[in-house]
Amino acid sequence: MAYAAGVDVGSTQTKAVIIDENRKIVGRALTDTGANVIQAAQNCFAIALKDSGLPEEEVEYVIGTGYGRYKVTFGNAQITEISCHGRGAVHMFPKTKTVVDMGGQDTKAISVGPDGDIIDFCMNDKCAAGTGRFLGAASMALDIPLDDLGPTALKYNRPVKISTTCTVFAESEVLSWLGKGKKIEDILWGVHQSIASRSAGLMRRVGVEDEVTFTGGVTKNVAMVKALEERLGKQLNVSDDSHYMGALGASLFALDHIISSRTPQLEKENA
Amino acid sequence: MSTITAGIDVGSTYTKTILLDENQKVLAKDLRHTGFKLKQVARESFDACIASIGKKESDIDYIVATGTGRHLVDFKDLAVTDITATARGTTHLFPKTLTVLDIGGQTMKSSRLDENKKVLSFRLNDKCAAGTGAFLEKTAKYMGFQTEEISPLLSTSKEPVPISGVCAVFAESEVINHLSLGAPPSDIMQGAIESLVSRALQLIKRVKGEPEFTLVGGIMRFTTMADSIHKQLEKDVNVPPEDMVQFMACLGAAILAGIRLEKVGRTTEAVAQA
Repeated sequence: MAYAAGVDVGSTQTKAVIIDENRKIVGRALTDTGANVIQAAQNCFAIALKDSGLPEEEVEYVIGTGYGRYKVTFGNAQITEISCHGRGAVHMFPKTKTVVDMGGQDTKAISVGPDGDIIDFCMNDKCAAGTGRFLGAASMALDIPLDDLGPTALKYNRPVKISTTCTVFAESEVLSWLGKGKKIEDILWGVHQSIASRSAGLMRRVGVEDEVTFTGGVTKNVAMVKALEERLGKQLNVSDDSHYMGALGASLFALDHIISSRTPQLEKENA
Repeated sequence: MSTITAGIDVGSTYTKTILLDENQKVLAKDLRHTGFKLKQVARESFDACIASIGKKESDIDYIVATGTGRHLVDFKDLAVTDITATARGTTHLFPKTLTVLDIGGQTMKSSRLDENKKVLSFRLNDKCAAGTGAFLEKTAKYMGFQTEEISPLLSTSKEPVPISGVCAVFAESEVINHLSLGAPPSDIMQGAIESLVSRALQLIKRVKGEPEFTLVGGIMRFTTMADSIHKQLEKDVNVPPEDMVQFMACLGAAILAGIRLEKVGRTTEAVAQA
C-alpha cells in the first residue's frame, strides 16, 4: 500500500492529511501556524503521521499548499491552494461546480470543472472584511472562544445590523452594540450576516452554480453555513473534513504523482 | 461677568474636555480613553475637569459636545459636528488656515475652509482602518509595542521600510515578514507613517487643499508625520503645540459654546426684561 500526504500551511492554521492508495484518509492533523512556519509544517505532518500510525518513510510523496507552501521543506512539490481546494471539493462532492473557501485571512470563490480543474477564481486579499479574521475579531472583542461563535449566534432573536466594513472598526462596533445593551447572540448573527453578504458578492463574480461546496476552517461554524445558505438561497455541501479540503486536494495530487511515476516500472516488470 | 464654557469631544479613541473662561483662556483640560461606555466617560472627563478648578456643574454656563459620541453626552446644551468644531479650534490658533488635516484613532478627515473660517468642503476616510491611527496602533501591536512606545520608536528610524498600507489587518503578515527579514521595528513603524502620509496627501488633494495647511489630531503627536507631509507637500504646515494637538475639536466646541452663550444669554435677559 502506498501513502501520499498533503500539507496545507494556511495563514492561521496548518492542516495535514495522509491518504492511502484508495484515496481514503488515514491520518489528519490541525495545528496553529504561528510565527515559525517551517516548524508548524513539520509539526503538523508529524501529528498526522502519528494519527495514521505510519512511519514517515511509508509516505512516498508530500505536496505543500497554502500561503506557506514553500515552507514545507520536506515536501516534494508545491501546488496553489486554489487548485487543491478545487480538487478536494470535487473529490468529496463530485457534483461541485462552485467552491467557496473561507479561511483565516482570505475568502476565495472558485469555479471548477468536472475533474476539479479551475475555470475561474476570485479572492478577497486586499481587505480583511468578509474573511475569517472578522470572526476572530468578534471572538476577541466579545471574549467568546471561536468554536462557540456559531452556536451562540444561532440563538439570535433580533439581529443587529453591522454597518462597518473594516474588521478593525467592526471590533469597536461590536463592543458599542454591547454597550447599548444588545444581546451577544443578536450581535453575532449580524456579524455572520455581514461576512455572508461580502462572500456572496465575491462568489457572484465567478458565478454561483450548483452544487456549491463550502471549504476551509470557517465551515466548522454552523452559523456561517446557515448565513451563507440564506444569503445564496442554496444548500451548501459541508463535511466534517471540509476544513482539510486543501490538504486533501494536495494529497490527491501527491497520489497522482506516485501512481504516474510507478507505471513505467510496472511496464518494465511486465515486459 | 465671568463665565465658563465647556467643550467635550467624544472621539472614537479618546474623550477630551476643555473649560474656557470668557476670554477664551483654557482653565482646565482632560483627556482619557473613550472605551465603550461613551455616556459615562464623557461624564467622568467633564467631572474631572470641573473638579480640577474647584467648580460645580452649575458653575458651567454652556456646554457643547462634539465627536462621534456627541449625542450620548446627556448634559450638553448643544451638539456640533467634529468638522465644524475642528475648523473653529484650528483657526483660533492659526487664523490663516485654509486646509485642515485631522487624523484620529478611527478617521482621517480633510476640510477646506474659506477666508472667513467657514467649511467649504470636507472628505473623510471612515470605512477602512488603513489611513487612520488604528493602522499605526495595529502595526505597533504586531511588533509587541504599546501605542505610547510609537513616538520613541520613530525617533530612532533611519530608513523607512515600505509598507503597503492596504489593510490594517493584513499589515500583520507584512510586518512579521519584514521583522523576520531583519528590518528594525523603528523602520517598519516609520514605513507605516509614510503609508499614512500618502493616504493623507490623496485626501488633501480631493478637497483641493491650499495653504496654510494645519495638521491636527492625535496622530500629529508623532512629529515625523508632520515632517513627512511638509516634505511631500513642499509647503509649510502648522501643527498645534503637543499638549493641544488632540484638543482642536474640543477647543472649537468650547469656543462655540462661548459664542452661543452670548446669543442665548442676551435672549434670556430680553425674556427676563419683558
